[in-house]
Amino acid sequence: MRVALFITCVNDTLFPGTGKAVVSLLRRLGCDVDFPVAQTCCGQMHVNTGYREEGVRLARHFTEVFAGYDAVVAPSGSCAAMVREQYPKLARPGSRGAAAIAEVAPRVYELSEFLIDVLKVEDVGAYFPHRVTYHPTCHSLRGLHLGDRPARLLRNVRGLELVPLPGAEECCGFGGTFAVKNPAVSAAMGADKTRAIMDTGAEVLCAADNSCLMHIGGTLRRQQTGVRTMHLAEILASTEEAQ
Amino acid sequence: MSATFLGMPGSFPENSREAVQNSQLRFNLRKATHTIRDKRASVVGELPDWQELRAAGKAIKDHTLRNLDRYLIQLEAAVTEAGGTVHWARDAAEANRIVTDLVKATGETEVVKVKSMATQEIELNQALAEHGITAYETDLAELIVQLGDDFPSHILVPAIHRNRSEIREIFLDKMPHVSADLTDDPPALTEAARLHLRERFLRSKVAISGANFMVAETGTLVVLESEGNGRMCLTLPETLISVVGIEKLLPSWRDLEVFLQLLPRSSTGERMNPYTSMWTGAVEGQEFHLVLLDNGRTDVLADEVGRQALRCIRCSACLNVCPVYERAGGHAYGSVYPGPIGAILTPQLRGMSSELDASLPFASSLCGACYEACPVAIDIPEVLVDLRAKAPHAAAEKAGMKVAGWILNDHERLARAQRAATRVRKLVPKRLPGPLSAWTDTRDLPEIPEESFRDWWERNERA
Repeated sequence: MRVALFITCVNDTLFPGTGKAVVSLLRRLGCDVDFPVAQTCCGQMHVNTGYREEGVRLARHFTEVFAGYDAVVAPSGSCAAMVREQYPKLARPGSRGAAAIAEVAPRVYELSEFLIDVLKVEDVGAYFPHRVTYHPTCHSLRGLHLGDRPARLLRNVRGLELVPLPGAEECCGFGGTFAVKNPAVSAAMGADKTRAIMDTGAEVLCAADNSCLMHIGGTLRRQQTGVRTMHLAEILASTEEAQ
Repeated sequence: MSATFLGMPGSFPENSREAVQNSQLRFNLRKATHTIRDKRASVVGELPDWQELRAAGKAIKDHTLRNLDRYLIQLEAAVTEAGGTVHWARDAAEANRIVTDLVKATGETEVVKVKSMATQEIELNQALAEHGITAYETDLAELIVQLGDDFPSHILVPAIHRNRSEIREIFLDKMPHVSADLTDDPPALTEAARLHLRERFLRSKVAISGANFMVAETGTLVVLESEGNGRMCLTLPETLISVVGIEKLLPSWRDLEVFLQLLPRSSTGERMNPYTSMWTGAVEGQEFHLVLLDNGRTDVLADEVGRQALRCIRCSACLNVCPVYERAGGHAYGSVYPGPIGAILTPQLRGMSSELDASLPFASSLCGACYEACPVAIDIPEVLVDLRAKAPHAAAEKAGMKVAGWILNDHERLARAQRAATRVRKLVPKRLPGPLSAWTDTRDLPEIPEESFRDWWERNERA
């Protein structure tokens, strides 16, 4: 299957390891992966901060870049939710933009959706002998309704012990520009989240969104907790040989 | 006399900074919201058709709002027919003048009130006070707020920010005839409030109420409450004046069925609220006035995205699940409508010319918990994003977002920016300057990698 990767601007710029993990994981599962180099950003930051015009421009760019692919895979629940849930609201009904969005949006998948719903695999042949807890992230949970897909994938990872995270469904306080516009509340939410993570005794916090992990991980490091953050793709890409 | 919201200082981020530091407030809020949240989840879970009920609630409200003009006229005719008098109030000033004149006409200088958010919204108590009329709140939580010279901070539990020992202090300080050995035991506090209020009910000739619902076909008003104080207010006095927002309308008696299930479950986490009072027009020997309040509502109705806020039935489910409300507290929103619904309703009703109102659409991480909990399916995140596009933006932010947009609009520009960042990766300070210091105050920055993904791809795949 020919798959286009939408790596997302945050991953591309700050977390290239996640992109590389997606490439190796999907190739291991027999996919022919392509990275359309003209891709940039889904426009979520602009739209959600009130810069609709710039956001619409980026959305148009996205639909042009990814037109014609069978499947577009993004290692981000948040960016996938932006395309699938918010894009249709950005274009005038009946317009060319709306048609382009209707064409592309349903074929955009978050990684765990693509693995389970499209490739029909739950055991990706990974090995990761660590105690891991999973934070579902709001847009994965309530935007995409990923449900237990990530947990099903993680439970099939050999050596991995998945421990439940208390209050998992609560927002970590990142929220894009919210973290900078409302720093006091964002930090308080982040602190409560890291306390819950510490209570699990996990070595690794996993999520399907590096932007949330950047906020939680930054808080965990500042507090010198020793807990690592890893994107779901990186754990699923891990193998015995790679350890 | 409880304080007034108008002229409250500070933007939401400023107001919430203090709240976050207040450990007693944080503890009170967390305990209360999580208790109600759990109760709500359990009684909502009992209904197999909750999503259908929710869809029905949304559909009935949308239908009513689309035909509001017609149903309001039907309501007016039905209320008049039943011996009541209907008054139309365009804004707060007009509503306050109507109510003040009605009270003055009775010759009374004291009124009792059953909790009404509409009268808080128009600051009726202050308007009455200016004419020498004292309004006494009779809802227990509202009474605590009033005696404490405080602001309500929650839709359902206006004194949620207070714990029982704080309430004991307020009662000792402000209630005459309270014995010094009053404990902070809830039954003891309730008994003190009961004695205090009973005397007021028996003395008052005029009452002012709000309403949860108005039924157009019969002209019936409905109040749902837990204490029975509302019923005392609604039945004992000789004159009853109800001030109700025009969006509280339902077309028919039958429509109530849906909302009498949705509201108690969403608000108090109960299958049914203890007291449901309904009245139609005036009974013999009593006078009834209905003041229909617009105060910005028809403007909200004209907004295609924002109008869904008028579906709100003031249940407070969105507050109880909101992680921002839980940390920031209700006062940070500077309005009688706090929490997620307040963040979309207040800037629509009041406009965004003040710093506080302009900051409200940003008082959310867009986590979506409010939308999921809302019994009439108001897509609060959607309205927040829409309002953010209309809100004023700081010049520096505008410039930054423009530059970011320019870079992100072309992959070669993005690649050049990434390489520039890579070159200075070792020079990035641990603490960032300007508004970005908000990030580094409490979190470490991620390290800028040696190579972006796209450069890695180009090097490995394109070769």
